[in-house]
Amino acid sequence: MVSARETAGSVPDPEFPALTIADLGILRDVREADGAVTVTITPTYSGCPAMAQIAADLRRRLERAGFRDVAIRTELSPPWTTDWITPDGRRKLAEAGIAPPGQPGARGGPVLVRLAVPCPRCGSPDTRELSRFSGTACKALYQCQACREPFEHVKEY
Amino acid sequence: MSESESEFDAYLSLTDVTEDDHRWAFGTGFADPLAGVDVTLQAGVNPSDAAALAERCLALGDDALIYSHRLQQWVTRAPELEEETALANIALDLLGQARLLLTRAAQAEGRGRDEDQLAFFRDEREFRNVRLVEHADADFAELAARLLVFSAWRLALFERLTAVPATDPRPDPVLAAIAAKAVKELTYHRDYAAAWVIRLGDGTDYSHAKAQAALDALWPLVAELDLDADAAAYLDAVIAEATLTRPSAPPLAPVAGKTGRDGTHTEAMGYILAELQSVARANPDATW
Repeated sequence: MVSARETAGSVPDPEFPALTIADLGILRDVREADGAVTVTITPTYSGCPAMAQIAADLRRRLERAGFRDVAIRTELSPPWTTDWITPDGRRKLAEAGIAPPGQPGARGGPVLVRLAVPCPRCGSPDTRELSRFSGTACKALYQCQACREPFEHVKEY
Repeated sequence: MSESESEFDAYLSLTDVTEDDHRWAFGTGFADPLAGVDVTLQAGVNPSDAAALAERCLALGDDALIYSHRLQQWVTRAPELEEETALANIALDLLGQARLLLTRAAQAEGRGRDEDQLAFFRDEREFRNVRLVEHADADFAELAARLLVFSAWRLALFERLTAVPATDPRPDPVLAAIAAKAVKELTYHRDYAAAWVIRLGDGTDYSHAKAQAALDALWPLVAELDLDADAAAYLDAVIAEATLTRPSAPPLAPVAGKTGRDGTHTEAMGYILAELQSVARANPDATW
């Protein structure tokens, strides 16, 4: 029988189907005791519309794997950060054409300062931010000046 | 069974979750946003502390709910698609904050209400949002200026809530956790707005005039925010960088000594609530 942790960790993220919720650091804890499983997840953003879907997916997969008593908990604190995206998750993001997050930007001035985001297609650091927000709140929209490819970037957060 | 019922039901498919069907289902099923969070009030919290917590969460939740609604009205009206996605995302962040805060307010007041009842079934005088968030933006410059003032103020406010000040004998860990999440979001909102105010203010003569007019228009509503020193210094820095002038307009007068936090709103408020609440009130027993 596959463990509850493996089963929970295999659930794909609704926004990034190439990554699992474990890759993204959304899965915070899985506990098994006397046949009961308690899974703790954390939202990326306060308004994340995928939380209910993730909870439903977790429940279905665990029940299918034979776990009958499944509880899903939400945890707000400590807040999710892109630092929790695993090295494997970062690789999968880049392979899917999405630039993974780098180090958080320096704070202090009126506008955040960020390091260049390399193009996930050709690797050029000569890229331009088109919009600070993209299809989802956690991504920004960029374009590579070298190969002209537009791409998304998971923002440092 | 009629012919139409036997056919594939597109609406049912939105909520009928199938294995790994991630394209449609999410966002259509609403659950308690604090499900599984330990929401018990701290031991020893007396009824007046609980009532104060409920009031505080309600005010901060109402600010986010009403402003989110105003930002949503920019969708399909923004000058570029990139700005539209940005504004929709900011509105979604604020809606998420509103859901968490209204849920917490309902728990603290202990009257058996939930976030939906607070959002859709309260009347205008029961809303506690500041008047700044009620007005529709006259143009994109006013949107940028209002978002700058709102997010600079809210960010400073939430940073204080996160810090658990020594002056607060019974800080609420749930409110602190909600604030800690919101701080990260608001940092991006403020950054976005600041970049636009600077670009417009330090742009052409025309964009400069628009940006200054926007600041002048909303400044009478800023006094009600009771900006702390950090937020005021931040706004001054952005206004200077944008080559704009900090307005000296007098505050919008309270009505019989009352402002937004007391439930006294501008005439814009009724129109927002009509749009926000009409569907829920027409179908009070509907479920998501």
